[in-house]
Amino acid sequence: MKFIDEYRDAPSVHAFADAIRRVTTRPWAIMEICGGQTHAIVKFGIDTLLPPEITLLHGPGCPVCVTPVELIDKALLLAARPDVIFTSFGDMLRVPGTQGDLFSIKARGGDVRMVYSPLDALKIASANPNRQVVFFAVGFETTAPANAMAVYQAARRGIDNFSILVSHVLVPPAVEAILSSPGNRVQGFLAAGHVCAVVGYEEYAPLAEKYRVPFVVTGFEPLDIMQGVYMTVCQLEQGRAEVENQYARCVRRAGSAGAQAMIREVFEIVPRKWRGIGEIPASGLGLRAQYAAFDAEKRFGLAKMNIAESDQCLSGQVLQGKIKPHQCPAFGVTCTPECPLGATMVSSEGACAAYYRYRRREVMHG
Amino acid sequence: MVDMTLQCPVPFTHSETVMLAHGGGGRMMRSLIEGVIMPAFSNPALDAAHDGAVLTINGSRLAFTTDSFVVQPLFFPGGDIGTLAINGTVNDLAMCGARPLAISAGFIIEEGFSMDTLRRVISSMAAAAREAGVQIVTGDTKVVDQGKGDGLYINTAGIGVIADGVDIAPTNIRPKDAILLNGDLGRHSLAIMALREGLRFESTIESDCAPLVKPVMALLDAGIRVRCLRDLTRGGLASALVEIATAARRDLQIAEAAIPVREDVRGACEILGLDPLYTANEGRFIAFVAPEDAARALALLGAGAQQIGSVLETPGGQVTLTSVIGAARIVDMLSGEQLPRIC
Repeated sequence: MKFIDEYRDAPSVHAFADAIRRVTTRPWAIMEICGGQTHAIVKFGIDTLLPPEITLLHGPGCPVCVTPVELIDKALLLAARPDVIFTSFGDMLRVPGTQGDLFSIKARGGDVRMVYSPLDALKIASANPNRQVVFFAVGFETTAPANAMAVYQAARRGIDNFSILVSHVLVPPAVEAILSSPGNRVQGFLAAGHVCAVVGYEEYAPLAEKYRVPFVVTGFEPLDIMQGVYMTVCQLEQGRAEVENQYARCVRRAGSAGAQAMIREVFEIVPRKWRGIGEIPASGLGLRAQYAAFDAEKRFGLAKMNIAESDQCLSGQVLQGKIKPHQCPAFGVTCTPECPLGATMVSSEGACAAYYRYRRREVMHG
Repeated sequence: MVDMTLQCPVPFTHSETVMLAHGGGGRMMRSLIEGVIMPAFSNPALDAAHDGAVLTINGSRLAFTTDSFVVQPLFFPGGDIGTLAINGTVNDLAMCGARPLAISAGFIIEEGFSMDTLRRVISSMAAAAREAGVQIVTGDTKVVDQGKGDGLYINTAGIGVIADGVDIAPTNIRPKDAILLNGDLGRHSLAIMALREGLRFESTIESDCAPLVKPVMALLDAGIRVRCLRDLTRGGLASALVEIATAARRDLQIAEAAIPVREDVRGACEILGLDPLYTANEGRFIAFVAPEDAARALALLGAGAQQIGSVLETPGGQVTLTSVIGAARIVDMLSGEQLPRIC
């Protein structure tokens, strides 16, 4: 397939693996930020082609995984209301709150609908004027423009039975939280290509300088990831800490101006809780005052709810690259995809789910 | 197992409510069947856990199967609920190595359903039965109140006869056996999903819905040593392989590069974050055949058929896939259905 097969070409991937082996002289720990990259790495077996000195750590860039349990519980409360049609991306439906997941609410009669875009949720709202339609607005900078657009259009068209439950988070503050943490192991980052396609990569330059770590904006195909690792290792070996762009076919330095304008119109930067990590200042997006009417937490009086995380789930440490998924004592024992303690075991981008699906037998028995 | 569930805050597998994932063809469906249904009905024919039961009556072996069809929308590119009902039933029989003899059809119809639509479904069932060489010999109709059904549900049963010398079962597979796939993966799932969710792709993806009697009989009639057959419906190729490997306690090896997936299907799967290995098909099956017969079997199965892997020497029950970039990973069953990703 055009623009896919070229980036999965085995000889080119192996050529990069050889190149990485040639330039590597000592151990390096590199974090891929995005969960999409984590899954590509494990699914294609990219890490098995790397020299033993290179450790890939799996980062916090899975929107499902970092959504705090409190927000999931709020979603469950809303979805169970008879006056609400609760809409969400499919990925969120299986994420456990403290009392089950959205699928179990649906099984008990809640009107939970999977949509592929927030604009589809808006269509449902306009077709059901007598019901409240809530969209679960989760994700990083990648999903923010479309979610902002849904609110913007709802305001312009006067669709006032529409609201969003917001759990938007931003990548750079999470990266800074990881770098400034005392137990940090990460020496270089593969920055998430699609996030940078929206917001560009200028924000990483001060981080690279302050913490002396290289960033390479990287795509999602095997060859992208290999090249991203190669560029990062080259920087590390040469003592450089710069921001480079491997994913130039999609990403411009300044990102997409139109998408950023839409985000700024509707959202402002707010502190956010991250599942398993805790609150990080200025790390997320919330609706601006003029769009507050579309905030589901305010509309349904949920703003003050506060819920603690399970202390058995070590996903916070997994998301910060401090441990690998199988180093959590609950992995595959008390925590499985059917019976998850944390979202990292459920989401299609979660590191624990990737290890469970593709590596379980190796990591648990040998 | 008991200790595990006591510690678990969200014990979904032992849920007191039936969830959609219990019908998704993955581990939750297996736990429903093995935990709730099989123990109550246990007998040798059922416990074999094949696509159909094999019964010996007066020295001849009959395959007996049942299936229910609840697809929405009722009509889709490449078929409809009627063709699906007939093909699904004869395919279950074919997977036992049986030549289908007769089928029953039960209709659960919602009050207010269009008579014309019902006629269209019935007529495509008749056409599909003719193509598969099987007769619909008995049936039943029930009408339920409006709102108590989803338009139309169809339940079928089928019987077929298994020729002497034919013995199809996972436990028959042997080291070095070739694993053959009769065509490209994923079209049925994507055709239904595109229509149901209003997704538009550059081309119309048509379901692969087809009767598998002819290709299976062609293999058996030509004397191909067929050890095991499995159609790749819910759960797809990956779940079928894992089930067979587990039942046979044999390790299997497949090559990702050998698995045919049409370009439009691959594209749609890439966009939605779905893996074609797990998507449902209605006209695809895998055949485990003796290695010496593989080339002849592929010729009989025709264009599109591929050898995708083989049975390894090692016992175990693990399926390993060599990825397109040459690295190995395990293939596992999913918990329920695949969910489209966020970004």
